[in-house]
This record gives sequence, C-alpha cells and structure tokens, in this order.
Amino acid sequence: MPSSLLWAVDVYGRVYSLSTAGQQWEHCRDAHLEFKRVTAVQQCCWSIACDHNIYLYVHASEVPIRYQEETYENQRWNPVDGFSDRLLPSDRWQWSDITGLKHQPLGDFQLPSENWEWEADWYIDENFGGEPTEKGGWTYAIDFPATYTKDKKWNSCVRRRRWIRYRRYKAQDTWVKIPSEQTESLPDPFNDITCGGWEITEEPRGCLALWAVSLQGKVRTQFVPDHFYCTFEQVWFRCDINHHNPEGSVWEEVPVPGEVVQISCGPGDLVWAVLWEGHLLVWFRRGVNSHNPCGSGWIGMVGEMVMINVGLSDQVWAIGFEDRAVYFRQGVTASELSGKAWKVVSVPRDSERSHSSASASSLQSAGCFFGGEVRLQSQASMLSDADAETERAGGEVVPTPEIGDAPKPRIPKVTSDSFISELVSDREGQISRRDVPPAGPSIPEEDHPEKELEDRASPAQVLSPSQSGGVDPQWSNVDLEEAQTHLTSGPGGDAAETSSLSSVATYNLALEEPYGLDEPPKWAWVSGGGCLVECHTQLNWFNSSTSTALNSSMQAMSLSITPAQTAAWRKQIFEQLSERSKREMENFMHYEQAIEQSVWVKKGTMQWWRDWKPHKWVDVQFALEQFSGVEGNKDGILFIYYTFNDEKKYLHMFINEVTILVPVLNDSKHTFAIYTAERTKQRWPMRLAAATELEMHDWLALLSVSCCDSRGIQGPPSKQAIWSVTCKGDIFVSEPTKELEASPYPTPCAQMFWRQVGGHLRIIESNSLGVVWGIGYDHTAWVHTGGYGGGFFQGLASSTDNIYTQTDVKSVYIYENQRWNPVTGYTNRGLPTDRYMWSNASGLKECTKNNTKPPSPNWTWVSDWTIDYAVPGGTDREGWQYAADFPASYHGNKTLKDFVRRRRWARKCKLTTTGPWQEVPPIPLSDITILPCGPKSTVEQVSLWAISNKGDILCRLGVTSLTPGSSSNYGSSWLHVGTDQPFKSISIGAVHQVWAIAKDGSAFYRGSVSAQNPAGDCWYHIPSPTGQKLKQVSVGRTSVYTVDENGNLWYRHGVTPSYPQGSSWEHISNNVRKVSVGPLDQVWVIADKVQGSHSLSCGTVCRRLGVLPMEPKGHSWDYGIGGGWDHITVRGNAMEAPRIVMPSLTDNQTATRPLQTSNQPEMNGNPVGC
Amino acid sequence: MADDKDVLRDVWFGRIPACFTLSPEETTEREAEPYYLLLPRVSYLTLVTDKVKKHFLRVMKAEDSTEMWFEYEGTPLKWHYPIGVLFDLHASNTALPWNVTVHFKNFPEHDLLHCTSNSVIEAHFMSCIKEADALKHKGQVINDMQKKDHKQLWMGLQNDKFDQFWAMNRKLMEYPTDEGGFRYIPFRMYQTMGERPFIQKLFRPVSPEGHTLTLGDLLKELFPAAICAEEHSCDLVATLPRPGTGSQTAGRNSDQAQRVEYGASIDEPKRFQVMIHGIEPLLETPIQWLSEHLSHPDNFLHISIIPAPSD
Repeated sequence: MPSSLLWAVDVYGRVYSLSTAGQQWEHCRDAHLEFKRVTAVQQCCWSIACDHNIYLYVHASEVPIRYQEETYENQRWNPVDGFSDRLLPSDRWQWSDITGLKHQPLGDFQLPSENWEWEADWYIDENFGGEPTEKGGWTYAIDFPATYTKDKKWNSCVRRRRWIRYRRYKAQDTWVKIPSEQTESLPDPFNDITCGGWEITEEPRGCLALWAVSLQGKVRTQFVPDHFYCTFEQVWFRCDINHHNPEGSVWEEVPVPGEVVQISCGPGDLVWAVLWEGHLLVWFRRGVNSHNPCGSGWIGMVGEMVMINVGLSDQVWAIGFEDRAVYFRQGVTASELSGKAWKVVSVPRDSERSHSSASASSLQSAGCFFGGEVRLQSQASMLSDADAETERAGGEVVPTPEIGDAPKPRIPKVTSDSFISELVSDREGQISRRDVPPAGPSIPEEDHPEKELEDRASPAQVLSPSQSGGVDPQWSNVDLEEAQTHLTSGPGGDAAETSSLSSVATYNLALEEPYGLDEPPKWAWVSGGGCLVECHTQLNWFNSSTSTALNSSMQAMSLSITPAQTAAWRKQIFEQLSERSKREMENFMHYEQAIEQSVWVKKGTMQWWRDWKPHKWVDVQFALEQFSGVEGNKDGILFIYYTFNDEKKYLHMFINEVTILVPVLNDSKHTFAIYTAERTKQRWPMRLAAATELEMHDWLALLSVSCCDSRGIQGPPSKQAIWSVTCKGDIFVSEPTKELEASPYPTPCAQMFWRQVGGHLRIIESNSLGVVWGIGYDHTAWVHTGGYGGGFFQGLASSTDNIYTQTDVKSVYIYENQRWNPVTGYTNRGLPTDRYMWSNASGLKECTKNNTKPPSPNWTWVSDWTIDYAVPGGTDREGWQYAADFPASYHGNKTLKDFVRRRRWARKCKLTTTGPWQEVPPIPLSDITILPCGPKSTVEQVSLWAISNKGDILCRLGVTSLTPGSSSNYGSSWLHVGTDQPFKSISIGAVHQVWAIAKDGSAFYRGSVSAQNPAGDCWYHIPSPTGQKLKQVSVGRTSVYTVDENGNLWYRHGVTPSYPQGSSWEHISNNVRKVSVGPLDQVWVIADKVQGSHSLSCGTVCRRLGVLPMEPKGHSWDYGIGGGWDHITVRGNAMEAPRIVMPSLTDNQTATRPLQTSNQPEMNGNPVGC
Repeated sequence: MADDKDVLRDVWFGRIPACFTLSPEETTEREAEPYYLLLPRVSYLTLVTDKVKKHFLRVMKAEDSTEMWFEYEGTPLKWHYPIGVLFDLHASNTALPWNVTVHFKNFPEHDLLHCTSNSVIEAHFMSCIKEADALKHKGQVINDMQKKDHKQLWMGLQNDKFDQFWAMNRKLMEYPTDEGGFRYIPFRMYQTMGERPFIQKLFRPVSPEGHTLTLGDLLKELFPAAICAEEHSCDLVATLPRPGTGSQTAGRNSDQAQRVEYGASIDEPKRFQVMIHGIEPLLETPIQWLSEHLSHPDNFLHISIIPAPSD
C-alpha cells in the first residue's frame, strides 16, 4: 500500500500534511500565506488562502504533466513554384488547426500560465497514423478537406504537415496561485472549496471536479480534466481540469436554492452543500446511492464536530468542536458506513521535532546515567508525560454521550472566517509563546521516559536476575492508566500524580514549568480526499494509553522478525542444524529407520465432472494416499470412487503425474481442474468440485504440497522459473529443466509441472537474475519478494516472511440493449428473436444489474453500476452505441439505418488476497519488461522499462539483483522517457535493444540504449507489417517478435548488431495472443484455438520447436498447458541444454503447419474460462 | 536465504544412530547380536523400539520377556523424555553410535515409569501438549480441536508423518499478532546433576516493556550459571545495561556486541553447554522463535544444560 496524505489547516492558517506511513504532521513550508481551506485528492491539493485566492499544490510525480500543442502547415501545388505556401483565397489558413477553420500560426501559442514551460521547440511529426512518412512529414490530398495519404500521387494538389510542441507543468510540490484574471470576473471571493468527481460518470477518466462557494453563498463548479475547481456565495464550478491541465480553465456558476455555507463532493457525482440554516452535529446521510441521490434519512453521531470531511473509500475525518483535534472515524467499512467510534489523530507536528530530537538524544546517552545531562533529560520526560496525559484527557471528552441531542446553537458557523479569528484572538496571549516549540503528544516521547527510568532501575535489579525479567511495579502501564483517570478530575490531581511519579524516579527536578508550553495543535480544517485508508492498513497515528506499550512491543517484535536483523542467530541455527545432521546421520544412513513409513490417507467427499455422456456432476468419494517412494521421496495416488449402474468403480491418478492444479472458482461451484501431461494434450482435465470454498482450498493446498513433494520441489521459485498467469489472475510457476530447451528433442511442454503462487496479477515478467515484477488488473505494479505461497496456501505450503496483502480491482461489464420501433422510439422491447435486453457482450447470456455477481466469491463489489463511455467505437452523450441490427459493428452516433442500440455498464469489484508481492507505488503501469541475461551474467544494474497506464514510457533506476527478491529488486525511481504518443507494449533484449509498440499500432526502436545510458537517446519509427496494427513485442537475445491485433505472429528479419532495427517482418503464425522471447531466443506464445484430441482450448501455452542460433524462427509448435492462460514469461530461463548434434529430423508433417485451429464447440477443455 | 520452515523439517527429521546391546546380566540362549537403529530425536524410546524388542526376544527365554528398559552408562533412560533430550543430556560429545544397553530384568522402579503399551505414551504426549497449550493459549486452541485432530497429532508422531503432524500443530503455534508471542513459553530445562529432574517456570516471550526476550534472558532468570563462566564475569554483566532495555542496539548489533553484553566467555572457558536438539543457539535468539521452531512435538522447548567438554 503506497502512503497517501491527509491534509489539514490549523487555526493559524498553517497547512500540514500527514502521511499514512508517517507519524508526524509535516508543515507545508513553502506556503508563505495563511490558508483557510484545503481540499485534497490523491494527486493534488486545492486551497483558499487568506487573500481569498485559490491556490493549487500538485504533488511531484516521476511522470511529468505534459501537454501536446499541435498545428498544421498547409500548402498548395502550383505549376510555377511546385508546393508553396501560396494558397487559394478560398483555402484554409496557411497555419491552421486540424479542421482548417482556426488560424493558428506557431507564434500564437502562449503558455497558459507561468506554471508551464516549453519542453523544446516546435518540430515536425513524421508519424502518420502509425506509418512513418517521408522526411518532412508531408501528407498529400487532392484538395482540402479530404483524405490524406503519405504518398504523393499525380493528382495531389495540396499537402499538409503537423507541427508539435510539448509544454510541461513545472509548478510541482509548491503552492501556486490560480491566475487571478479567472477569478476577477466573480462578484465576490470564495469561501469554501471542494474537489472530487474523479469517478464522475459522464466525464472521461482522469477528470476532477472542483466546486467552490463564494461569500454570498453561490456555488460555482469547474471541471479541470484530471483536477477541477469551483466557487461560493454562488457555487462555482471550474471547467476543464484534467491530467493535462491541472489548473483548469474557467469558472461556471451553478444555481442553488439558498445560501451555501459548505460544500463537499465525493469521488462520484454526488455534491453536498450545507445551507446557512444548517445543523452542526455530525450527521450521516443514510441510503445515498445512485437511485436515490438524496438519501433516506439522517443518523446522528456521537461527538460534536466543527467540520467533517469524507475521504477515499468513504473514510470520515472530522475536527472536534471542543479540542479542535483531528478525528478519524474508526471502523467505516462498505457494510458499516456509519463506523464505530471517533479516534483522535495525535501525532506531533514537525515543528515539534526539535523537542523530540532532544529526547531522542537523551535516549542515546541513556547509558551514562551519571553524566551532567540528567537534569535536562528529566525535564524533557516530565514535560512529555504531562503533555501526553493532557492530550489523553482531551481525547476522552469526545465519547461524552450526546446521542439525539439537538444541534447546539452556540457553535459558530462552520465555515465563517470570524470563527477562526475568534479562536486566534482567544489565543492571542499565547501566541507570543508560539515560538517555543509546543510539546505535542508523541509516541516516541512517551516511550523514552519509561525507558530511561527503566535503565536507572536496572543496575540494582540485574544483580538479582530472578527479577530482571519481571515487571517494574512503579512503571507498569497499569499505573499510567490510573494516573490518567485521575487526570480528568483536574490539573491539581495531575500535578500530584506527576510529582509522585518523579519522586519514584528519585529525582524531583524541573517541576517549575511542567505545563503551559503545550498547546495541542488546534485544527481548523481537514481534507481526507487524498488519503487512502483501508481496513487492513495500520496507522501509527493514534496514541491511546492502552496501546502505547503494545505499540512498542509490536515495534520490538517487528524488529526482531526482520531477517536482516536476526541474521546472526538465525544463520547460526541453520548452520548448526545442518552440521548436526551431518555429524549424526551422514555416516549412519545405512542403519535401519526406527519407524517404517506407512501410508497416510486423507479422504473426503466431492463432486466429479463425469467426462462422458451424460456429462454431469457426480457425487464421489475422494481419497489421497501418500507414501514414501523407493528412494525416500514421497509420492501419492489419488482415488475417485464412484458408482456407475449400481456398480462401485474407481479412477486413480498418480500424484507424480499431475502437472497442474487449477482452481476454477465461479459463482455456482467451487471447482478445480487436475491435469496430467496426457490430459494436457487432450485438453481434457479431470474436474472436481468441493462443497465449500474452504474445503476446496484445503484440498488444493494439500494436493499441491503432495505434488511438490513427489517432485522434490520446495521453497521459493528459482531464478530461472517460468511464470504464467491465467485469465482469472492466478499465478503459476514452473521450474525448467536443462532438457526443456534441448535440441532437437526437448521435454514436451505438456510435461511441465506448474505450481500456484499466491496473489493476483494480469502481467508478470522476470529475468534470470531473479528479478520478477507483475502488474495487477488495476495497473498496480508489484515486485516479487522472493517468498512463495500466500493466498489459500498456508502453513507449510507458504513461506513465513515476505507475504503481504495484495488487492486488485477490475470492472465487470454488462450491456443494455434496445430496439427502435416507430411508435415509441428506442425501447427495451426487442423482437422475440433478439438477444436479452440486458446481456453480456455476446448477447447470449442474460446479465441484469441484479443477477450479475462478481466473478468469484473472492471478489466483492466496490462501486455501483455506471455507464461506461470508454467503449471502443465511441458512444453518444448517454453512452449509446448504434447499429443496424444485433450482432453488428457498433458506432457512436445514430444514423438513419440504425435500428438497435446498446450501451455498456461497468461495475468495479475488488479482491483482497495475500502473496509474495510488494507494491511499487505510485505510478500505475500497463506493461513492463526486464533485461534478459545470459546464464552466467553478472549485471549490476538491471534495466527495467515500463509503460504507465497513460502510455508514458518509463525506465526504472536502481534495480539490482544483488539479493534476489528483496528490496534491491524494487529499484529507486522512474525516469520518464519522452515520446510523441502513448505506448502500449515494450520489450528490452539481452544487449539493451529496446522495442516498443505505440497505441496506434506502430513499432519503435530506441537508439543507443546501454548499461551506461539506460534511457537511450531517440526513437526510430519502424513500419508495421502491411495493413496490420501491432499489439505486443518481445525481444530475446537477438530475435524480435511482435503480435498484431489480428493475432498474427511476426519475426523481424535482418536484425544485425550494426543494424539493430532490422529490415522486414516475416509472418510466422496466426492465432497468437502474446509472445515471450527468452534469453536463449526461445519463443513461447499464448495461442488461441488449440485443438486437443478431446477438446479445444483458447489461451494455451505453446513453445516454438526447432529454434536454433541459425534458425531463429523454428519450425513447428509444441503445445503446453492451456485453456484460459493469459500471459507467460520465459525470460528467466537461461539454462542451455548441452547441445547434441544430430541429423535434422524435422518432421515434415508439422514443418509448415500453423497453429491448429478449429471451430468445434468445446465441452470441457476450457475450464478456466476466458 | 533458507526459510524458517526448513528448521521445522530439520528438527523433525533429526536422527540419532544407536547401537542396542543386551545387558550381560540377561540370560540368553545364545549370543545376542547388537542391533543398530536410527532413532528419531523427537520421538520416545519405547515408541520406536519394537524392532529392538523383537530382535532380543529371539535369543531369550520366553519367561524372561518382561518389560524392556534402557540404560546408558549406568543411567536408566527415562522413556518419557524425548530421545533427543536423553541423548543431549547423557551422551552428547561422545562417539556415535550411541551405545544403549537393553535390560529386561530388574526394572528400576525408582527411576522409571512403566510403559506397558503405546497408549501410555500417547496419554503422556497428549497431556504434554495440553499443558503446553494451557501455557500458550490458556488451553483454548487444543480444547477447540476435535478428537480426530488430537489423533492426527499423535498419529503424525507415531508414524513419523511431518505433514500430517504439522497440518494440525501449526494451529498450536499461532498467536495474536498484536501480542508478539504466546502467553507463556512452555519449556523444560534439564540438568544431569540437579536434584530436580527439570526446571519449569512461567516465562513470557515479551517483557512488560514490550521487549522481545531471548534465550539469554531465560537463562539469566533460571540458570544464570549457564551464561557466566566465572563469578566475576557475572558482576560484569550486572553493570551493563540489560539487553533490550539498555539500548535499542541490542537486537541489531553484531555477535560480538552481544557477547560483551552478556559477559559471556570470550576468553573464559565455558562451563556449560545449552543444548536444544543437539545445537547451541546463540543467547540472543528470541525465545518466542525458539518455541515456535525448536519445540518438540509435545510443544515444549526442551533445553539441556550439560557440562562443557573439558578439552
């Protein structure tokens, strides 16, 4: 989980942020102004300063905010000059936009504000729809406006070319004023501001909505694509904030019924405003959803709050009325939106650090008890004790029962400035003392005094060792709790307590100024819009008396668990154990074992898919017998007892023949499939269903361990491992043998044994140095920690360390279909022959909003159904796509011939699991590639390239392979590599040859990439195979393979060290979905429509046979595991087999055969489903 | 880096080569050949010596076939201690195989318990597990298990089935993450010379201040002599800060710092060896980790304290 920020303003107008990973408020120092309001989202924070201007703070990102400006240069041919800029009077401008209607010479382009800078000068775009143009970038046509081609023809009378220039947003990690000319037109200054709407339904992804209320209570809103803003007294809405335009462009006024005081909007399209008459206890609006945006009723909450803010994943933040502390509503979950209790956020501000560091230094000197520092230390500890307790006392005020109380009239208006100034003036007397660092409550401070005292006591105690492990009576937590309960009775009791504490410690110094210094921070405003807190997140922000000791013990524990820190004793135990085994057993292995190995049987009942007619689920008895094989290795047999025609029969399967166990969770049954090499060839697994999910997981874990045992596989995957991912996101790993890539007789890939690893990924990439990265469905990047297991693998099947929580989010789509009739227009009344009016993409299955369930029980819904506008082909304003009839090709605008229409609805669901994966925040990725290395290669810096989900190309710095699976594989930061267009696929070869595919389907080669120059210097455009749009690329040692959108696999000819771009594409195969070329130039693909003897499967792992250094294209295919596979990487396998020279035995039958294809309906072969 | 799971395997599959010879006191019909066997360290003598009994009964008169018992260099071996403990306590630092004398006559009623059948061993084993769980989880985990789960633990041990045993035992090794360990560590500390058979006390894995306690802390409380070579080095320990509380560096410092801190014998000859499963873990090893990984199947950490070999 990446850290995110909670923003708050204190009563003095200072802005602070608190990281979910941090333990103190960070003062936003470069804000020279005082602020009244903040509103944050994950990527930026908006605020109103005391000068009533709006300020924006954009977090620095490794991917810059860039905007492409473009203009067209137009020319016409005349017999005298040839092509020249002398156009006909009726023609368009010589410099124009793409339509030709707008005059835009190069010099007219201005930076929108001083926060932007030009990246470089104007240059000509030589890429025309994915095809490289001639030098100069001209495209030709008969006349304006017309269809342009890149070739000049005899009738080309006009030509044009595109100039582009990038500007970059430079004001990151700083507050910038939103240019005032935009706000000048407003009648009055802004009073409140709120930001949200990044999931708003009708806007393309990446838009933010910014709302503001001006002093007279009007609401304005503004959309800034990816960031947005608005105003108050009227509510204003800021238009056009997005990823490319963080500042937005103009304000729009929004009419509202009354005078608005406060406004708040969420990630969706809901906006709430509080009118002047508003009530001020905290209320929770019940039943708000898309069908009922007003909600159904209010629920009162205990506790009086000045202001409240709803952040990400519905978490609630508030500022208390009496103590002005920031509160977090604990226990807010999707099922229990009202949460459980308010919890005060008590961490120190960074201005208090000077103070804490003093006590930190005193800690370091704790060993020298009798030095001159005692006095100072004791002061520090006395103070902080007192502070901590006052803080707690403050905290305890909150739960005072107020349920059902009427709103209190004395509370000042939520948003008024006077309120803040009132507060400030109250404190005027104390402001002079503000320069004294206020001693806020802090966890470290609380610990230290205890430790110090402990130290003092210890010399006496160590002499009597029987006590030393025991409890120090005076300093147990219990005492502190008691002290604290007294405390509520008033400062007098507190002082008594304090002095008694100090007298116990035998030094009663420094009682002179125990109080007063402290002023727990008074907060005025908080914004949690950028702060992601999930139920499994652990925050270090809360400081309650009972948790302190626990905290420190947890810290101590976690310290002792970290492998690096325990290495000495741990290593010693490992060493001694193996030494012991050697000493006691090595010479005596011929002795008889005392216990004879017997058979261990585990039985259960299950359902089995009878794979002959009539196909159906049959209740069976299921038994696994495990025993020790001849050479001490374990083995087992699986028995399935069933009844056929009243006759008892059984099937059996040897555990050492099982090649893979595939879980197939769907909403109706908890099933899994078992393959052997033979069944892989047949595309015909054995399918079983357990009664419950838990039972299925138990069996799967047991069978998996049993299979691994029989093959002698244990521990984490090797560096050479081949990784693959199914369309369900399940991760499988296989240990290659030397014979796997032997030539001419390799091990058939149907015989590969795959075991599952916990986690959920869409893409996985590796190299032979053990660097493994993956990308989830939600584009989150993950790095392999070197562990194994997780998920349902528990206990022995999983490593103890290196297993983390992993989440993934994906969308489920259903379609709403309508037919036109002359009377009522488009309705949901279709013809009897039509598809379901609510269906899946094919229309064959009915999918209504209510009956559609998440893909498996592991997934839960996290959003409501929304219309999806990002459908290929485009949609109209309401998301409809039109066609002449079902099924047909759909288009986004209605024509006369269209009788049917459909639109896509999306709903997000989320999975939480565990696995050996650690998140790499913050940039979401769509593709990744890691430098493949030779068998004995020692590369210090491992090149790793990635593509962000917006199409930016990134190069990871600092990835090393010094210790596999640990933090060194994580790298340090991203380096952005500029491109003219978004990309979708990238691959790096063994000698740093980088190839990439742009979103328009064209290929690019990156020049001059080397270990010394990891980002290279420029892109070379490589023409695609004629008429094809490329989709994916993979580069091995020397081979370059690509896959196009029609499933063709292409090999790049003529690639030489001196001419790495190659010369032409050669077609190798069809029906290919993905390719992975390894460090030995081995070629593996995910193929569709592979025919087995019993069934057909889509998404099958295939390996190219006959690939040799002189025959990089190979000659035929070998079919492996499949039915539902989505991704494979063989880029870790650099194990070369000893080459046997034999006469070529190329099987002529298969020599030129493309991937087998078939259209037969499948019965059983594709259990994983696609 | 090896995984902690490997420790469990190494512990489970530890074997001691033993040579069983019949006591000369026994009357035999013909010469009795010694019997060689690999004994599992974690099991019990009477559970794994059926073969030995059969072997020797062949040469004995039928009427002498009373209860079999074992002795090593004059000490009767208590079957209710795990084999590894018996070996570490009495025979470590001696040449292998371990020479065990087999007796049928003169059962030492004062030293040994009778073991008439495997059900006696099972009862002893299960009561140990229950006692251990009472210490670790107030007995909640073992009581929540079903009869068949208890059986699985026992069968796992009896048939030397690591997976079968650990599939269940894993639950006994769990603890709430926020507590940092078990309630108390089930352990027994054995000595050859002491008048008591073993020491057993309540000992928590985490100090009240929240520091992880180590093997050294345990010894310091229960058997300080084991970590102090001489009296004066004990004094040295006293003047140093206590581990964990004295400074935060205790946990992460190198070996050497630890040794200095404990005042353990860098120069002094060691008087005692602290053995668990035939190895001597470093004193800074967290006691919780030891309990999870180096406990015997009965869930107790059996610690043998033996005089250091003189050479």
